[in-house]
Amino acid sequence: MIAEFGHIALIFALTIALVQAVVPMLGAARNDERLMLVGNTAALGQWIFILIAFFALMNAYVTSDFSVANVANNSHSAKPLIYKIAGVWGNHEGSLVLWVLILSTFGGAIVLFGGNLPPALRARVLSVQALVAIGFLSFSLFTSNPFERLAPAPLDGVGLNPLLQDPGLAIHPPFLYLGYVGFSIAFAFAIAALVEGRVDAAWARWVRPWTLVAWSFLTIGIALGSWWAYYELGWGGWWFWDPVENASFMPWLAGTALLHSSIVSEKRDALKAWTILLAIVTFSLSLLGTFLVRSGVLTSVHSFASDPARGAFILGFLVIVVGGSFILFALRAPKLRSGGLFAPVSREGGMVINNLLLSAAAATVLLGTLYPLFVDALGAGKVSVGPPYFNTVFIPLMTPLILLAGIAPMLTWKRSDLAGMFARMRVALGVSFLGLFWFVYQKWGNTVFGALGMAISAWLAVAVLWDWVIRVRLLEGSLTGSFSRAIRIPRSTYGMMCAHFGVAVLVAGITASSAWKIEAIQVMEPGDSVSVAGYEYLFQGVSQTQGPNYSVDRGHFVVTRDGSLVTELWPENRFYPVQQQPTTEAGIHTRWNADLYAVVGDPDGQGGWSTRIYHNPLVVWIWLGAFIMAFGGVLSLSDRRHRIGAPRRSQDSLPISASRSRTAH
Amino acid sequence: MNKSRLYFLLPVIIFGVLCIFLLRGLSLDPSAVPTALTDKNVPIFDLPALDDQTIGLASSDLGGEVSLINVFASWCLPCRVEHPLLMKMAGDGVVALHGINYKDASKDARAWLDELGDPFGRIGADRDGRVGIELGVYGVPETFVIDQSGRIRYKHIGPITQRDLDKYLLPLIEKLNQ
Repeated sequence: MIAEFGHIALIFALTIALVQAVVPMLGAARNDERLMLVGNTAALGQWIFILIAFFALMNAYVTSDFSVANVANNSHSAKPLIYKIAGVWGNHEGSLVLWVLILSTFGGAIVLFGGNLPPALRARVLSVQALVAIGFLSFSLFTSNPFERLAPAPLDGVGLNPLLQDPGLAIHPPFLYLGYVGFSIAFAFAIAALVEGRVDAAWARWVRPWTLVAWSFLTIGIALGSWWAYYELGWGGWWFWDPVENASFMPWLAGTALLHSSIVSEKRDALKAWTILLAIVTFSLSLLGTFLVRSGVLTSVHSFASDPARGAFILGFLVIVVGGSFILFALRAPKLRSGGLFAPVSREGGMVINNLLLSAAAATVLLGTLYPLFVDALGAGKVSVGPPYFNTVFIPLMTPLILLAGIAPMLTWKRSDLAGMFARMRVALGVSFLGLFWFVYQKWGNTVFGALGMAISAWLAVAVLWDWVIRVRLLEGSLTGSFSRAIRIPRSTYGMMCAHFGVAVLVAGITASSAWKIEAIQVMEPGDSVSVAGYEYLFQGVSQTQGPNYSVDRGHFVVTRDGSLVTELWPENRFYPVQQQPTTEAGIHTRWNADLYAVVGDPDGQGGWSTRIYHNPLVVWIWLGAFIMAFGGVLSLSDRRHRIGAPRRSQDSLPISASRSRTAH
Repeated sequence: MNKSRLYFLLPVIIFGVLCIFLLRGLSLDPSAVPTALTDKNVPIFDLPALDDQTIGLASSDLGGEVSLINVFASWCLPCRVEHPLLMKMAGDGVVALHGINYKDASKDARAWLDELGDPFGRIGADRDGRVGIELGVYGVPETFVIDQSGRIRYKHIGPITQRDLDKYLLPLIEKLNQ
């Protein structure tokens, strides 16, 4: 009965979204206050009904109601409670409900926190949000109904894919969706602005917090996904350039570009058409990712059960949403008047280069991800594009970007003095760069790339700190003066510094864990030991135990260094009898400077076990860096100017649709 | 339309081209990996019988009619999944069906066939997997379609589903039989 309530709630939500898509837009065009306000009520109503549907589905999972097909196919009564809950979004149908829930939550948030938005803009944004919701709600209801019943109900369920029964993966999709869907709000703002024909500094300031929220969540979502891959897949790697990973990475790259270009639009009234385009592209890439993951067009280690009929639906939706937006863009964007002029060497100039590099990176990932499809569609055979391609093209794009991130924040708006800036920076940067390069090359000089990567990371880290030192004038004048200057620096600036510092940490982690990773693969019998990177791994053997819904072969390593105990590692091989599927849980000991990582494989039948031991230097810095970046986003979000609201809209740029809206009243 | 206007049309044009590929992609199967042996003769092999209840399989037995070779093992779970379909095909008699028992013990394979039924005309026992290497087998089950002249025409990797049967295997067999 509750499942039917959920189903009906979803249908109500769709109906409300239909109203919300039309009425407020009409109200904004006619300048009719009452029609515009319908948007507020509808957005909240849509949110409440989807919330009901979501909890109805969750109830079916928690109570193991196997008469619901979705629960029977993806849950099992013996599963721990947390995975019963996470199972709601561990499958295609349920994850769509989570998707629309987040979408409508953002819609509701616009109503609740968007009090300072001009009514017409808010009405149009809510209408666009509803259009997106219509697409996903009908996708859910017409092709992937999560509440479908089974008669007769099976005695027990099939169970959740064991790979997904993991705390990291339980919380990873919600963060990812908060990111993807958050960009739909920036998209809605972009479309609303195109319809309205006006993009000004105020508009850019309203868009920015939503972009920041989405970006921060997506950063955390991707980091969690990569962390999960690291400890669960047991390959010692943390990023595989898999289509599903790329699907989340492309919107992140475009979103990062958007985050920067929207600053230029806000502060300097320039790059407006470009910012609009980026907002559309970012969300389009989120949708494209959805299509790739759910249609079965590309193969991946972790995609949903794919279905061409669903693929056709999303593709149709993609054509309407993205194609429609781009046509609207082609019609309206040329009329946007751009303000502030700037010299090539200026803060704006730095942002333009940043945007070019990030867009090129996103295009590169897109090309690499879709290349197998292109080749196959042209009948030219089967190819796969892997890490060699991505690494080769990605490093040359990211290197200048990171070097730029070190100096660009110190450039002034409009026109800047490159020579003067270098004069201020040269000591700090030169020393950090050369010093670290030399140090690394001397100590672990087996790769020049490794030394260069570490030097680039140090460049950025030192540049961020040095920027702060200059801003607060730490080296001149009194300490109290510096302190009062330090607390007057806006939070958004601290957010930027924090995010850039996070990038430096991330780059150090990526470089060190790729350049100096040590891998040892061998057959060991209990009592054998192997030495990896100065650590002795003594293999104690494998014991068998039982988990809640799986059996375990648990290996045991005692790790010592110079005779003293460092840690004990307990890598596991789990076997889930319901799905007849094994999973690996690596035994990991994280230290600040390296991860000790052990995996036990299969027995060789003669008393020995194949074991893999990895020494991953600085690998934890990757996720640390990502979290610092996301924290920077949150810090910037808490900036005063987002709380006190946007400046009044400029009166000089009349909307191009003004004539139409004037005739209406 | 002036030139700068065209730049603004660029996104929609690029997207249009992309969509054509995506649409085409929907009807392609990315996991269908072609074998390097497609349209080549079956490598020469002569496998002994599994036990005295069956007859062995040699490459010279193939040809003259369209046949399927199914590479299976008693330890392979997906083989168990596809087995009912093989039984049904054997019952319908649409095609000659042979098996290669891959890296398996004879008595295990026998017990497996006794439990689930034996759809195969001939079964060759490839105990050390050498013929598997010749055939480019990298996971069981795999199924090869052999034409009348003894050439490999198609290789299916993984368990056969009803959809694979309807979409790829049966149409191909029908075409070859004409």
